[in-house]
Amino acid sequence: MKLHLRVWRQKGREAEGQFETYEAKGLNPNMSFLEMMDVVNDELTKEGKEPVAFEHDCREGICGSCAMVINGEPHGPNKGATTCQVYLRSFQDGETLTVEPWRARAFPVLKDLVTDRSAFDKVIQAGGFVSVNTGQAPDANAMPIGKEDAEKAFDAAHCIGCGACVAACRNGSAMLFVAAKVSHLGMLPQGQPERGERVRKMVAAMDAAGFGNCSNQYACEAVCPKEISADWIGRMNRDYAVSAVKKL
Amino acid sequence: MKLDPRIPGGPLADKWTKFKTNVPLVTPANKRKYEVIVVGTGLAGASAAASLAELGYRVKSFCFQDSPRRAHSIAAQGGINAAKNYQNDGDSVKRLFHDTIKGGDFRSREANVYRLAEVSVNIIDQCVAQGVPFAREYGGMLANRSFGGAQVSRTFYARGATGQQLLLGAYQALSRQIGLGRVRMFPRHEMLDLVLDEGRAQGIITRNLVTGELTAHEADAVLLCTGGYGNAYYLSTYARGSNVTASWRAHRRGALFSNPCFTQIHPTCIPVSGEYQSKLTLMSESLRNDGRCWVPKSAGEKRSAAQIPEGERDYFLERLYPSYGNLAPRDIASRAAKRVCDEGRGVGPSGLGVYLDFSEAIGRLGESTVKERYANLFSMYHEITGESAYESPMRIFPAVHYTMGGLWVDYHLMSNIPGLFVLGEANFSDHGANRLGASALMQGLADGYFVLPYTIGDYLSKQKPGGKKTNRQAEAFWQATETVQARTKKLLGIRGTKPVSDFHRRLGKILWDQCGMSRTKKGLEQGVEEIRGLRQEFWENVNVPGSGEDLNQSLEKAGRVSDFLELGELMCRDALERDESCGCHFREDHQTAEGECERRDEKFSHVSAWEFQGEGKAEVRHAEPLSFEEVQLATRSYK
Repeated sequence: MKLHLRVWRQKGREAEGQFETYEAKGLNPNMSFLEMMDVVNDELTKEGKEPVAFEHDCREGICGSCAMVINGEPHGPNKGATTCQVYLRSFQDGETLTVEPWRARAFPVLKDLVTDRSAFDKVIQAGGFVSVNTGQAPDANAMPIGKEDAEKAFDAAHCIGCGACVAACRNGSAMLFVAAKVSHLGMLPQGQPERGERVRKMVAAMDAAGFGNCSNQYACEAVCPKEISADWIGRMNRDYAVSAVKKL
Repeated sequence: MKLDPRIPGGPLADKWTKFKTNVPLVTPANKRKYEVIVVGTGLAGASAAASLAELGYRVKSFCFQDSPRRAHSIAAQGGINAAKNYQNDGDSVKRLFHDTIKGGDFRSREANVYRLAEVSVNIIDQCVAQGVPFAREYGGMLANRSFGGAQVSRTFYARGATGQQLLLGAYQALSRQIGLGRVRMFPRHEMLDLVLDEGRAQGIITRNLVTGELTAHEADAVLLCTGGYGNAYYLSTYARGSNVTASWRAHRRGALFSNPCFTQIHPTCIPVSGEYQSKLTLMSESLRNDGRCWVPKSAGEKRSAAQIPEGERDYFLERLYPSYGNLAPRDIASRAAKRVCDEGRGVGPSGLGVYLDFSEAIGRLGESTVKERYANLFSMYHEITGESAYESPMRIFPAVHYTMGGLWVDYHLMSNIPGLFVLGEANFSDHGANRLGASALMQGLADGYFVLPYTIGDYLSKQKPGGKKTNRQAEAFWQATETVQARTKKLLGIRGTKPVSDFHRRLGKILWDQCGMSRTKKGLEQGVEEIRGLRQEFWENVNVPGSGEDLNQSLEKAGRVSDFLELGELMCRDALERDESCGCHFREDHQTAEGECERRDEKFSHVSAWEFQGEGKAEVRHAEPLSFEEVQLATRSYK
């Protein structure tokens, strides 16, 4: 099979970008989207041109590196899957695909399809943890946690920090990402002592990093490769309100 | 060269306690005068960096990824072992120790392994306190499952994403220290050289992967937590960026490389589907708790799985290893799968596959329970193959997954270069010739949280904290920077006709064919020759476009592959010199009548340790003898 690609090329952070078109030929429907990009890049290299820079690492949907907007959809057409888990069988032979980086104020483009997502790390550094030093822990079974609570905490903790939620939001909001971490820790007994302080600090860091407000349209939930529920945003807002009042 | 493992005296069970009691300490006021470099932010690196900063040391942490959270520990699926005995099924530190030594086919150090088993229980406590959402029973207690090579249930897990949850726990601890200003974090930085002064590790040279800038970083100690080298095979379950560069550049500066031929081939991965393939995906060993491996009894079977009646199926692991069944250790299960495929009984389009069948489990437990246990693995399988494992059996085949070999370290986790420590998969120390499932996460976190923070005190307490650089030291940093610059320039200057991936793929094929699941003297000799030729061709004809002054992924890959091309030869040579079979290292000329490994303890009960001699020169092999006081060397049997 073959595909026509319109790929965003941008030399550097300050440079102006533009689309360039490439023909990807001799493809197999069982190839992954990124394997097709490998083929395109090898061809470009052989022609003496610079290959397309794109981020990827584990290629099994868990590291959160890969990040392409395919035909306007972050991570492409498959529900609950990262870019690396998109296979060519999802497309028609001869189709034209537009490939872009995440576009959000807080994620500047570094080169081609690579963006700087360090704003997410800053939010975690502000409070996305339990303050416990190595060696201080009591026995692991000393504090029972109900099976359902543990499962729910896992659902939130499963976030891979890819940033698709931000890319999908018309406001470039990171509410789903932040709410997932606030809720993961806020639901567990270990997270209680810092629960109020955590949500206040993380929200402040989120605002400082240039993420927008929630658009209330839940595009974030729709594109999340780990299908993290937008309900967590409501939970975070409650935690934030309660903690703000208590602090007064 | 005499290798001193610095194992404390006294009975095995008391060694670590004795060490901790007697190790010299650095007072809190002095700790902040010492700077420690930690390269890599996986389980070992993130846990070490966080723990050292908590103690008061100044830490600089480096990773090549855009965020420390993306290190490949994140992809570990099935679980982490700990001798908690929460199941009351007879587990103990001693049993975990024994299983690990036996699992590694008696090629690891007793004292290290015993310590690993000892601290395993603290890891689970620490992770739970951080908020890691492990699986629980209805009463709120932690759940366990079984993994290969054990007859107890000691594996803790968080669905099929245990590595992710443990890494996020360590990442969060690290992030807290970054927020407090005690760790300086350098993401998108790759270590390209180690700097020595008078034989001691003094710092590293890094390349900023966005700007291309080279920087010299000084420190009082350097920790390499940079993972394994399985990507030498090109196709593996490793992340695409996983590489040996940090370890290899340290090796070129004098750090000994141990047991490079000990590479783990994991039995249950999704089979290769085409030439273009870039990556193999693991299907967690935990699936073998409920999945049954089988192939048709007769060769050349054309029917689909559903059409083959029960009586014509060979559940080969249950038949060959009745007491462990489908949970036979990885090296053994992989070889068994290879053998049935070699007999023409493999399944799938390529004939390189066996079934992993859940129909019996679905009948026994119901689909909803199977879903609860393995949903994310089943959906991953579906995404990749387009098939549902609820309806028809999975097809699986062995793939490169882990490397037991790595830089040589002593009991303190220090290499033969004073001040250079190596943690996690990057060192060679705990798994011998085969690692048991769910033990990699255990070792990474043991090293980072509970071992290194003690052992580094012994080294630092004898060092004066780094002050002003002497001229001689400045010269060493300047020279190392020049070496890196020259290599970059050379790679960019070749402008040949072939992309880096072409060389990497060919290297992978040589290693898979000659230094894979089954090895022969002739094949390994041929492998050495072919790799030498390929390396020469690489330096004459590779095409690395772009410049060294910005984000250049081709250049990054070229540097890594150039190191794999040197390591690959050493892997083959190590396999050649180890003229016996043990664990993963199966030499066809040393097997029992039943086709199992035949060890030669009288000659090879030791760790190999290779010393770099200079570009193009044959490396010299040293050996650290292994002595066993607690366990009795025996032929490993899982029958």
